[in-house]
Order: sequence, then C-alpha cells, then structure tokens
Amino acid sequence: METLEIKNLKVAIDHKPILNGVSLTVAPGEVHAIMGPNGSGKSTLAQTLFRHPKYEVAGGTMRFGRAKLNEMTTDKIAQTGMLLAFQYPQSVSGVSVQNLLKVAQSVRGERVSVDTFVKNLKQKAKSMRLPAEFLTRSLNEGFSGGEKKKAEILQLAMLAPKLVVLDETDSGLDVDALKIVGREVNKLKKNGVSVIIITHYNRVLKYIEPDFVHIMYHGRIIKSGRKDLAHTIEKGGYNQFIKTKQKG
Amino acid sequence: MDFQTILADKQGIASRNREIFSPAPERHVKRLPTGLSRRVVEEISWIKNEPEWMRKKRLLAYDFFERKAMPTWGVDLSELDFSKINFYQRTEPGRYKNWDEVPSDIKNIFSKIGVPQAERNLLAGVVGQYDSEGFYQNLKKEWEKKGVIFCDTDTAVQKYPELVEQYFMTRCVSIADHKFAALHGAVWSGGSLLYVPRGVRVTLPMQTYFRMNARNSGQFEHTLIIVEEGASVHYIEGCTAPIYNMDSLHSAVVEIFVKRGARCRYTTVQNWSKDVYNLNTKRSIVEEEGIQEWVGGSLGSKKTMLYPCSMLIGRGARADHLNIAVAGPGQHKDTGAKVIHGAPYTSSNIVSKSISFGGGISTYRGLLQIAKGAKGSKSHIQCDALMPDNISVSNTIPYIKVFEDDVTLGHEAKVGRISEEQIFYLMSRGLSEQQAINLIVQGFMEPVVKELPLEYAVELNRLIQLEMTGSVG
Repeated sequence: METLEIKNLKVAIDHKPILNGVSLTVAPGEVHAIMGPNGSGKSTLAQTLFRHPKYEVAGGTMRFGRAKLNEMTTDKIAQTGMLLAFQYPQSVSGVSVQNLLKVAQSVRGERVSVDTFVKNLKQKAKSMRLPAEFLTRSLNEGFSGGEKKKAEILQLAMLAPKLVVLDETDSGLDVDALKIVGREVNKLKKNGVSVIIITHYNRVLKYIEPDFVHIMYHGRIIKSGRKDLAHTIEKGGYNQFIKTKQKG
Repeated sequence: MDFQTILADKQGIASRNREIFSPAPERHVKRLPTGLSRRVVEEISWIKNEPEWMRKKRLLAYDFFERKAMPTWGVDLSELDFSKINFYQRTEPGRYKNWDEVPSDIKNIFSKIGVPQAERNLLAGVVGQYDSEGFYQNLKKEWEKKGVIFCDTDTAVQKYPELVEQYFMTRCVSIADHKFAALHGAVWSGGSLLYVPRGVRVTLPMQTYFRMNARNSGQFEHTLIIVEEGASVHYIEGCTAPIYNMDSLHSAVVEIFVKRGARCRYTTVQNWSKDVYNLNTKRSIVEEEGIQEWVGGSLGSKKTMLYPCSMLIGRGARADHLNIAVAGPGQHKDTGAKVIHGAPYTSSNIVSKSISFGGGISTYRGLLQIAKGAKGSKSHIQCDALMPDNISVSNTIPYIKVFEDDVTLGHEAKVGRISEEQIFYLMSRGLSEQQAINLIVQGFMEPVVKELPLEYAVELNRLIQLEMTGSVG
C-alpha cells in the first residue's frame, strides 16, 4: 500500500490563489478528516488531487507512493487506486452504473466475466440497500441526493481502491444512509484502504472514526489533531481556532 | 442483464473494420457501360430475362426520371454525375443455397461482416447481395413450410410474378413519386422479397446483407415486404461498401405492406463508405391495428437523404420510428421521418437522434400529417442532437400539418454538448478522455442501439467510436 504525501501545495483558479501551501501525509490504512468552513479550500484540495483541469497547481508536490500526481492525468491517477466520491456526482444519460463499472474494470485490465461481475455488483448493491434497478438506470439521472452518494460509495468499493477521498459524502444523507456508508467505508479501511473525509460536520465521524482531524481555513491547514479535535469543533465551532491563529 | 453491460463487454472484439472497408478484387461477369440511357434500361431487363410488364415499368420509370427535376432541398446533389455511374454489374452467375459453395473472396467479406455465424445462431433466413445481384439465399425449412417466402427480388419476379406485379411500385412507392424513385424503377436490381402469410409469426429475424463492391457503381436494391393479416416479422438489413474515393450511388426503395393486425419491424444499419450518395425511399402502408416499427442507424456515406414513411390508413394503426444518424467530417445527413395519420385512433412515436462532429452536418427533417377525421390520433416527436465540438452543424426542420382538432401532439428537441465536468467524473473512474467521450456518446445513442440486434449494436458502437477517435476533444 502507498502513502499519500502532499507538500506545500499551492493552487489557483484563473490566477486567483485558493490553496496557499497545504501539506498532508496519509499513511496506508489511516483515516483523515478534513474539516473547515465553506470556501476554505477543502473541495479544491480533493479536485486538485485528481487533477481537475480547472485547478492550476502553482507550487508544491503531490505523490501517491511513487506516482507523481502533479504530472499525471485524472485517469492515470484513478488507475493508481486513488478514487474520489463526488460532492456533486454527474449524471450521464444512457450509461448505467453497471455499464460504467464494467468499462472502468476493463480499463484497469481486470478480466472478470460479465456474469461474475454482475453477481458481485448486485450483492454489493443489496448490502447497501440500493435496489437492483439502480444498477441499470441512467447514472445519477433522477437519483435522490442520498441515492447518488450511495452510488458513489458503491462505485468506489467495486473498483478495489487503495485510497478514497469522500468529498462531503455525508451531506444530504439521512441517518440510515449514513450508517450504510459508514459501514462500507469501515470495510475498506479494514482492508488497508486509506480514507480522506472532507466534511463540514462531525456527525459522519460517529460512523467512521478518524485517526487524524485537520482544520482548513483560507487555503491552509491551520490545526491538526486526533479525533478529539472534532469534538472541540463541535463544542466551540471553527472560530476558536481562527482567532487563535490570528492572534498567534 | 442490461444490454449496455453486454455491449461494454463485447467492445473488446478485434477490429474487423479495416477489412470490411478494403475493396475485394473486382470480378464482374457482366457490367454495362457507365451512364444511363433507354438502352441501358432495356439491357438490364433483357439480362434478367424479365416479363414484359416489368420491362414496360422500367421504361416508363425511365421516362419519368428524364422529366423529373433534381430535388433542390436537402443535401447538395450538384456533384452527382449520372453519366459516370455504372448502373448494373453482376458478379456471380447463380445463387447459392449452401454457404460452402459461395466463392471464397465473397465468402471472406461476408464472414468478416459476420453473416454465416449470425445465420447459424440467430436468423430465420438470409439473403446476401454483392453489387447488383443477390448471390446467396437460405430460408430455414420451418418457415418455408408455413408459406413464408424470402428470396431476392429478381428471383421473385420469375417465381412469384403475380405477387410482385401486385405490390411492386404500385400503391406504396410509385415510379412517379420523385426523381430517385423513378431512377430506381428504371434500374432496380436485387433486394429481397419477404412474404409472410396470414397469421404466421416469424420468431427469428430475417436478414439481408448488401455489399457494394464495385467502384463508381450504383446499387438499387428493391425490398418488398408483405405481412398478411395477424402475421408478424422482423426484417434486418445491413449495408457496407469499401472505400474507393470515387462517388457511388445507392438509391434503394423499400415497400412494406402491414395488413390488419399485423406487425413489421424493419431494422437497418447502413455503413456506406464516405464516397456514397445514399438516397433512399422507404415507405410502409399500415392497415387497421397494424404496427410498423422502423429502427435505423445511418453511418458512413457522403450524403444521405432518408425519411422512412408510415401511412397509417387503418383505424388504430401505429408507427414507431427510431433513428440515429452520425455525421462526421465531410458528411451531410438529412434524415428524419414521415407519418401520415389517415384514420382515427392512429398513433406514432418518433425518436430521432443525431451526432455531428468534426464539421459534419446533421439535419432532422420530418413531416407529421394528421388528416381531417383522424380523431383521437396521437403523435410524439423527440429530436436529440449531440455536438461535441463547435464546428459541426445540427438542424431540426419539423413540418407538422394537422387538419383535425381532436388529437394529441408532442414535440421536443434538444441539443446537447459534452461537459468538462462529465469527462472529469468519468476519468476519475480510470477512463481516458477518449473513453469518457465514447461512453457519453454511447449513452446518448442507447435508446436506439438497445433496439438493435446485438451484433449490429456492437458494430454500431464500435464504428462510431472509431470514427470519433481523435476528432473530438
């Protein structure tokens, strides 16, 4: 398994700086939660890790094991085993989850027979309480918010990831769905998969226990700690850290 | 299991395309001089040893052809030069009922297209046509016993003259219809006759493959389908031609008669090479409670004009039109549908999809007409266009003429593009940019493609991917 190493990452959109030097190391099997108020750069970090063309890397390095993410395209990054669960999953008309996963698997050179593949997929969907019809319907078209997020986790689980980034996967989920997502992510963790959870709220952290919690603000990680940091945030909000930082 | 998944799994099939598009050595037992004259028409009839009524019909059609003006709408035909076209060439002197007897070079091409294997597994009958004439036909015994007739149209003229005389270019597509119908009437050759007797439901598809192999040639096959009361059939046509970089002309006529309570599905995937003018006339007359379904994929060709037409003349008759047209660099597709609601409670559903890329032009041109008295009729038209770039063109020209108040009509048209976010999303699953675009395009076509027989669906998807590779992004 690989370690993700982000060093002094600086990112801009249309020359406007968004990330101002983020450093983060995620060792295999670790769970990191990245928290922070709106507009602090959390999602930018997620999208930049996967080299969204909109985000210009202005400085710093990103590595996953030996893979230099700075120099790679999104598809190649995915092929290293890094996968992203989207905050706003795109709908693709006429393409089913099943179809996309089949193509994605064959791209990765996995030669699974269609029958075995469909059987596995159906089992996984059932365990996540996603009706089988979701697998053959157009991807995310007419899915509810919760269904979209579940479908994201289903996709990740089926693609044998090494590191997953969950970009606000918890928002829009009811408690039952949150439990299911939590259970699936914990299964991945048990298999040595690293997890980065991007979230506003710590309620998801009840179901997925983080090893580390980071607070992002103005494009920087201003505070890192163990999981109790999340409780501190819950009690006093983000302001306590922001003020400390400003005073300091 | 869902169709798209099977399809995705089959995408790995080795490319046959290059071979299909390479010309085989030309071999003509008989070839007439280029250009069209009364004499050429007479000679075609003479070679075919036709009865007098057919010879007269050809000559009458030729007179119409001479008098009719070229169409001034649709695609630009100003470069089409009839004097350079060879209107008849015959490759094989006879017809084979056994695949093993077919000469090896022709057999090779059809094997690459997939004919013999498909026949073994999936089909009730097959007719193969190479250049102007049919060369192979086979109908499974089971259907022959029930009175089904499936043979090439020339054979039909000899063996079933009453049937052909009754239906051939009489009340469905007339020789006086337009210039290309007249041309077709004068020089037609080959095609299939499919006759399904009353009450017979043919459970496996009947299939014809057309291969235009000679350069500068014309192909004018005539397909005649008669589905008697309460009968049903699925007829499939596949067409290819190699690349010669010299203009060729394909001008087919398809006439279908769907009798009371009968059902006909006509499926075609046309993949002509990009030097072919593809100008066809396809029409179905649908009687009471009859159903006509048109499923078509139009790839290749230089210029295409094709508007399958359903004449709903009986109460409760129904037509479904599903079409996908792909226009790449240098191509102009002018395609659509015509439906005439001529009786009460008739219904029609038209789904037309087009993809234009690399500067290609794609036009939906449709006519929907509801006659006075066609009460309670319903029609829905949906036109979707996908344009992955900014240099291509998509037009929608729907003519709607309604002479009855008590009707339900719907029309939707939309043009889609491929967004950066969609591509990023799919790439984050490991797909390359091209694979992501392919998948989006495949999804766009899915409503039509899923109605195609599997081998055609695979072929269509693969061909479109091949065509679009490198030209979008």
